[in-house]
Amino acid sequence: MTDLATTISALQLKNPTMLASGIMDEDVGSMQRMIDCGAGAIVTKSIGLHPREGYLNPTVIELEYGILNAMGLPNPGIDIYGKEIKALEKTKIPIIGSIFAANAKDFVTLAIKMQHFGANAVELNVSCPHAKHYGLEVGSDASLLREIISSIKHQIHIPVFVKISPNIMNLVEVAQNIKNAQADAIVAINTVKGMKIDLETGQPILANKTGGYSGKAIKPIGIRCVYDIAQNVDIPIIGVGGITTGEDAIEYFMAGASAVQIGSAIYYRGPEVFKHICKEIDLWLRKHNYKNLYELIGAAYL
Amino acid sequence: MNIPTITSIVTSFNEASDIKTITFTYPGDVSPGQFFMVWIPGVDEIPMSVSFATKTMKGITFRNVGDATLALYQLKKGDKIGIRGPYGNGFSLKGKHLLFVGGGTGIAMLALAIEQARKKKLKATVIIGAKTKNQLFFEGRMRQCGATVLVSTDDGSTGYKGYASELAKHVLKEKHIDAIYTCGPEQMMKTLLLYCKTIPFQASLERYMKCALGLCGQCCIGKGLRVCLDGPVFDGTVLKKIKDFGVYHRDASGRKILF
Ligand SMILES: Cc1cc2nc3c(=O)[nH]c(=O)nc-3n(C[C@H](O)[C@H](O)[C@H](O)COP(=O)(O)OP(=O)(O)OC[C@H]3O[C@@H](n4cnc5c(N)ncnc54)[C@H](O)[C@@H]3O)c2cc1C
Ligand SMILES: Cc1cc2nc3c(=O)[nH]c(=O)nc-3n(C[C@H](O)[C@H](O)[C@H](O)COP(=O)(O)O)c2cc1C
Ligand code: FES
Repeated sequence: MTDLATTISALQLKNPTMLASGIMDEDVGSMQRMIDCGAGAIVTKSIGLHPREGYLNPTVIELEYGILNAMGLPNPGIDIYGKEIKALEKTKIPIIGSIFAANAKDFVTLAIKMQHFGANAVELNVSCPHAKHYGLEVGSDASLLREIISSIKHQIHIPVFVKISPNIMNLVEVAQNIKNAQADAIVAINTVKGMKIDLETGQPILANKTGGYSGKAIKPIGIRCVYDIAQNVDIPIIGVGGITTGEDAIEYFMAGASAVQIGSAIYYRGPEVFKHICKEIDLWLRKHNYKNLYELIGAAYL
Repeated sequence: MNIPTITSIVTSFNEASDIKTITFTYPGDVSPGQFFMVWIPGVDEIPMSVSFATKTMKGITFRNVGDATLALYQLKKGDKIGIRGPYGNGFSLKGKHLLFVGGGTGIAMLALAIEQARKKKLKATVIIGAKTKNQLFFEGRMRQCGATVLVSTDDGSTGYKGYASELAKHVLKEKHIDAIYTCGPEQMMKTLLLYCKTIPFQASLERYMKCALGLCGQCCIGKGLRVCLDGPVFDGTVLKKIKDFGVYHRDASGRKILF
């Protein structure tokens, strides 16, 4: 087995496959199962200050080449969800707390609480494409984003990751802005805004009408984003979007990612997907005479 | 693809007070114990067990408890709904004499399994439990397929007075039962699991569902078991290790709600 270890800022990962936010992270049991299935790190679902039920169903459908969802950021609120994180305190696998809010003050409160409950890093969801006042609406406001990141950095000592959307025109500028505000890594990408209309009724199927597209179809979009950021901004990148096989992950490493996150592939290949992908990465590295992952990162532009 | 297929209501039939069966055209095979996600455009999409199945037609039987079930309740012949599925694992029938215990609308999800058992010439004893007489349904349908049917009501308005699990306790004392299959209120099923000791046991669970694809995690119990995909039917041996069983479920936000 080649060395699959990787580091992102202060986090040491035994392997580069992380669980993406919002998938199989409802509670301690589901996150524990993903750890047992080989995930190198866990990102929690995005948590806000107060309980939120999210949108009515249909919230998730599977299309030919990907998955479309508009969950609407359902979560029980940080104080309740904190117990699920605390229950994982014995695990050696890094737990990254994903948080969302509409302003810097609430983001800071959430980040402090995440650190208190034992999270090893926080991931700022400023990229959810379908939640009014949150996510992408926050991420599209450069000065607000800078204020949020700087305020959090002043208040907590664990690393701060910022998850960005592919639905922005000035990607590199935003990434530079995030780096300048002292964030520790960029996570790219969140889902791509999309819609599906039912032909018989003429209605959008998702209750929220628009949603976010993930899975196989969005991989080229994610690869492009990671590549553009890596070439222009000196900051660790975690690649997400459509990773289903080891070769998909290799492509992200070549584009410049130091680790990857996996979501929709749990639908395509089951929770064991983390083990499968690690094995496939290992096989590929050996076949191509790489001794570790670091040699590969950024191969596409170095 | 896993998107709703639009179909029209063919029949809508009153089973009991506030309980209806609707049937619609939907080809394909289902295993007894599986469920559909039923989309009522503009209202909601909810999980419903398959209670009726031929090669081309399927049906669901439900109690009117809220917005989505009320909308289903009011549908008439020709109205459109969307169906995706079937999802979940279904029951595995083993043994010669099987005991089925359905509480509330639970009998709706057991019905196909009972009919399948009878087709395989297995002996089936069925306990149907309801709060009161006018909420009982499927008694005739179950007798017709050759099952021995016993009825319990909480208020004693017909049949045994008390919970279905208590009636099952009596049956277990009197008859040699090879396996038990149940669907109903979770505390009733948990009590039943205690009574059945070493007899093989399968129970069908309900949890708030969103994707029904095993992806979102909303329906997880125990160590990440997805009720929509790894269930909804679980063995007694598994359930004994799950702390949530009979204790709590989660609402749409993920907050724990005690049963
Ligand atoms: C696998 C499965 C099979 C089911 N089979 C049947 C059946 O055959 N017959 C039947 O009458 N009922 C069945 N149910 C329960 C049925 O799904 C709920 O009664 C229905 O969703 C209520 O929706 P509502 O909008 O009418 O009520 P609401 O007022 O919205 O809710 C009433 C209760 O229903 C539950 N509920 C609401 N939405 C969902 C959801 N998306 N997923 C799960 N539960 C929900 C909640 O716990 C809530 O407390 C089944 C549930 C599951 C999980
Ligand atoms: C059902 C579902 C729920 C999601 N919830 C969140 C969330 O709460 N926060 C977040 O930052 N991203 C969320 N995402 C986006 C994923 O974390 C990921 O960025 C995206 O799905 C692309 O990766 P994939 O193709 O591997 O799924 C969600 C995705 C899906 C499919
Ligand atoms: S409903 Fe989404 S995992 Fe079961």
